[in-house]
Amino acid sequence: MNVATPPEKLTIKDYASDQEVRWCPGCGDYSIVRAMQKTLADIQSQPEKTVFISGIGCAARFPYYMATYGFHTIHGRAASVATGTKLANPDLDIWVISGDGDSLSIGGNHLMHVLRRNVNLQYILFNNEIYGLTKGQYSPTSKVGTRSPSTPMGSVDSPLSAALYALGCGARFVARGIDAQPKHLPEVFKRAHAHKGASFVEVFQNCIVYNDGVFDQFTAKNVAADRQIAVEHGKPLIFGSDKNKGLRLKAGHIELEVITIGENGITEEDVLVHDETNKILATLLAQMEAPSFPVAIGVLYCISSETYEDAVHAQVEAEKEAHPNPNIDDLLRSGPTWIVD
Amino acid sequence: MEGSVAAALEGSIREEVADVVVRFAGDSGDGVQITGGQFTLTTALAGNDLSTFPDFPAEIRAPQGTTFGVSAFQIHFGSREIRTAGDAPDVLVALNPAALKVNLSDLNKGGLVIVDTGAFTDRNLKKAGYDKNPLDDNTVEGFRLIAADITRNTLEAVKDYGLSQKEAVRCKNMYALGLVYWLYDRDRAPTKNWLNAKFGKRPEIANSNIAAVNAGHAFGETIEASGETSSYSVAPAAIAPGLYRTITGIEAITYGLVAGAQKAHLRMTFAGYPITPASAILHNLSKLKQFDIVTFQAEDEIAAVCAALGASYAGTLGVTASSGPGIALKAEAIGLGIAVELPLVVVNVQRAGPSTGLPTKTEQSDLHQAVFGRNADSPLVVIAASTPSDNFDVAIEAVRLATKYMTPVMLLTDGYLANASEPWKIPDVSAIPEFPAKFLTNTEDFSPSKRDPETLARNWPVPGTPNLEHRIGGIEKSYTTGNISYDAANHQKMTNVRKNKIDGIANDIPDQEITRGDGSGDIVVVGWGSTFGPITQAVKKVQSDGYKVSHIHIRHIWPMPNNLGDLLQKFKKVIVAEMNTGQLITVLRSKYLVDAQGLNKTSGQPFKVSEIEETIRASLEN
Repeated sequence: MNVATPPEKLTIKDYASDQEVRWCPGCGDYSIVRAMQKTLADIQSQPEKTVFISGIGCAARFPYYMATYGFHTIHGRAASVATGTKLANPDLDIWVISGDGDSLSIGGNHLMHVLRRNVNLQYILFNNEIYGLTKGQYSPTSKVGTRSPSTPMGSVDSPLSAALYALGCGARFVARGIDAQPKHLPEVFKRAHAHKGASFVEVFQNCIVYNDGVFDQFTAKNVAADRQIAVEHGKPLIFGSDKNKGLRLKAGHIELEVITIGENGITEEDVLVHDETNKILATLLAQMEAPSFPVAIGVLYCISSETYEDAVHAQVEAEKEAHPNPNIDDLLRSGPTWIVD
Repeated sequence: MEGSVAAALEGSIREEVADVVVRFAGDSGDGVQITGGQFTLTTALAGNDLSTFPDFPAEIRAPQGTTFGVSAFQIHFGSREIRTAGDAPDVLVALNPAALKVNLSDLNKGGLVIVDTGAFTDRNLKKAGYDKNPLDDNTVEGFRLIAADITRNTLEAVKDYGLSQKEAVRCKNMYALGLVYWLYDRDRAPTKNWLNAKFGKRPEIANSNIAAVNAGHAFGETIEASGETSSYSVAPAAIAPGLYRTITGIEAITYGLVAGAQKAHLRMTFAGYPITPASAILHNLSKLKQFDIVTFQAEDEIAAVCAALGASYAGTLGVTASSGPGIALKAEAIGLGIAVELPLVVVNVQRAGPSTGLPTKTEQSDLHQAVFGRNADSPLVVIAASTPSDNFDVAIEAVRLATKYMTPVMLLTDGYLANASEPWKIPDVSAIPEFPAKFLTNTEDFSPSKRDPETLARNWPVPGTPNLEHRIGGIEKSYTTGNISYDAANHQKMTNVRKNKIDGIANDIPDQEITRGDGSGDIVVVGWGSTFGPITQAVKKVQSDGYKVSHIHIRHIWPMPNNLGDLLQKFKKVIVAEMNTGQLITVLRSKYLVDAQGLNKTSGQPFKVSEIEETIRASLEN
C-alpha cells in the first residue's frame, strides 16, 4: 500500500530569493514584494511553474527577489516577452511586473495588446507617478504641474489613468491596490491570479525619494477611510470612517455622487451595489479622484472570456488532428514535381 | 538567344534555342505575376533549367496605366545551366503602353515584342507619357513585333461564359500566356489543371481563362501558318537526376525553419509583424500548424522579437523575420538575447534603403547592421543565403547554430532571393543530421550561467523545471553565479566570453571553398548572398577565355571561415561585388588587411552578368 506524503507546505520565505533587495529604504516596493510572497504562499504557487517577467525601472528589479523563475527584460517590453513565453508554454503562471513609465510610456503599445488579446497572465503596474531609476523625471501619470528635473516649471501635459486605459484596451480584469495595505493587496493579487485571462492590477506605490507622499490625499492614515472605497462584488458601495457614505447614480446623469446614509432620508437601500461585470460602472469607479470622491480600490471589473493562448492552441490542435503525423518530406513534395532521369 | 539551329517538330519548323529570357510586363492589376508563375511551372515541367525575377511596385494597385504601376516578371530558361534571371530579355510581353515604355530599352536588339494593341488607347498612351502611338512610329524599330488586340480577342474567346466585362478583360493575361506557350512549344495542361483547381467554385472563371489560353495559343498557330513569325523549342537541360520542384526563397526559408526545428527536436514559435518582403514567411508558417508551430502576428516589430525571445526562454525555438527597418527596431531585444544567451533566429529579408527606401526592390545593405548594428559589444552569428533554394539549407544552419551556441543568429536573404524561383532537387530531409537541443535538468551545483566548456554555450534551464528556478536579465551577470554583478573584472570576463563563444563557431562551420575556379590566380571575385548567380556566370565567361579568375561566395558572414584570409592572399587581386556601397569589403579589409576593390550597385536591381564581367576584364587589363 502506498502512503501518499502530503507535499510540504511552502511558506512566505520560501518564495523569497537569496538576493539582497536594493530598493531605497522605505520604498513602497518592499511592501509589494512581501504582499506577493504572501500571495504565492497563500495559493501555494509552484515555484517551478511561476515566472516573473519585468521591463526596466525600479519595479522591474522585482523578479530578482522572488525564488521563482524570472526574466528581467528591456524597457517597456515585458508584456511582449511574456506573451511569447505563455504561447510557448501555457502551463506557466506568469506575472508581469512593471511601472508607470515602463507600462504607459515606452510600453503603452504592448500593454494595450496584451490586455485586448487576453493573454492569461497577471500584469502588475506599480504606479508611483514618477521615473525613479532615472532620478525623478515626471511620468505619464504625473499630475499637471509636477516639478521634476525635466519639468522645472511644472509639467504641462495631462496624465492618464492606468485603470481607465486598461478598461479602454479591453481588459477583462481591472483592479487596484495600495502598497501599504498588507491585508488588502494580497487579496487583490489572489483575485487577479484566480481570473483566467489578462488581469490588470494598478498598485499605488509611494516613491520615498522622488515623489514622497504623492498619494497622501487618499492614503494618509487620517483621510484614508473617507477617501478610499474598497469595492466588493455584490456589496453596496459604502465607505467612510463611520461607514455612512455611499455612492449612487446621480438622478438624470451618467455620473456617480456621494451620499450620506441617514441624511435627507437616505438609507442603505439607496446605495449602488457593486457589479464587477458592469464595464460602465467600472469606468465610473475608475474615474473617481480624491478629494471630491473616494478612490476606488479592489476589483473594479471582472468578466470571463477565452484566453488568447487557448484560442491559438485550439487552432494548432485542430490542425494537428486534421493532418496527423505531418511529414516534412511530404510537405516538400506537396506541389507540382517532376522527375529528371 | 544562343546556338540557334533548325529542328523539325511535328510538321512545323521550330528553331531550337539554348536559352531564352522572357519578360512579362503589364499593369499591377493585370495578373503579370500569376502569368509568370504559370510559365515558370510549365517550363520547369518541360525539363528546362530556369531562374526568375519578379519585379513589382510597392503599391498594391498603383494608378492604372502609369509607368510606376508596371509590374514585371522575368524568366530565364534553357537547355543549359541557368544561374541568373538574365541580363536582357529576348521577348517582351507588354500588356499596356506603360509596360512598353518602361521595359523596351532593356530588350535585346532584334528581340520580340508582343503588345496588346487593345490597351494602346489614347488615355493609356497619355498616362504612359507617349505623345503618339509608339507602334506607329520608329519606337519599335529594330525589334520584331507581334501586335495583337489581345483585349478584344480575349473578350471574344470568353464571351460564352457569362462573365462581367471586368472579369472577362482580366483573362487577357492568360491569352498572352497561351501565345507565349505557343512560341516556346509549352504544354498547356498544367495551367488548365491549376485554373480548374484555383477556381473550382467558379467554373465559369476557370473555363474562361482556359479558353483565353487556348485562344492565345491558336492565335500563335495562325500567325505561324501565315509565315509572319517563327516559333522555338528549348530542349530539356542536363540536370542531375532526381525529383524536382520549383521553389522561391521565401518557401525555402519556411521549409528550412520547419526542418531545422525538427532537427533540433523543438517546437517553433514564430512571431512576426507585416513588412514587405518578409511577411510571406509569417503567412506560410501560419498554414503549417499541424507541425506544432505557433505563429503570432505581433503589434509591432519589437513585440515580435520579444515574443520570439520569450518563447525561446520557455523552451521552444523562437523565430522572427523582418526587413531592414524592422530589424532596426528589433536591435535592442536582439542585444537582450545576446546578454541572456538564448537561441533566437532572426531572418532579415533585405530591401533597398535607407529608411523605407524601396520596399519591393532588392539590396544587400544590411550586412553592417547585422554584424554591428547593436549597442555595445554584442556579437552574434550572421549567415547569408545565395540562391532561392539555398535559403533552405541556411535556415537549418541558423537553427543549428542558435540552439547549439545559445545565441541569436541573423539570417540574411533579400527581396530578390525571396521572390525569385528556381528548380530544386528535393532533398531527403531524413538524411540531414539531427542536432537535438538539450535542456538542463540536472540540479546539482546549478547556476544559470554554467556553460559548456567546449562551445562556451550557456546551459538552457527552462521554466517549469523543478529546482532550477533562477533569474536572467539584461543586467550584467556574474560569470560564476549568474547573479547581477557590477564587478569590473567580471564584465571584462563576460565580454570576452561572449566574443570567444561566437568567434569559436568558426571551428564548427565548413572551411571556405572556392566556389568556381582555382585556389590561386590573378583575380578572385568575392560575393555573398544573391549576387551568386551573376558573379559565377561572369567568372565562368572570363575563365572560358583562359583567364585565371575565381569566385568565392561566402555563406558565413560572422564569424567567417577560418581559412578565408589565407584563400584571399592567394590571388593577385580581390574584387568584392555587392549590392551596397561597400559593406563586406570593409569587413574583409579590416579583418584580413587585403587590398580588395569594390564593385557596387544600388539600383534596386540585381547585377547583370555583363556588369561583373566588364569589371573583371577591365581589372585584368590594368
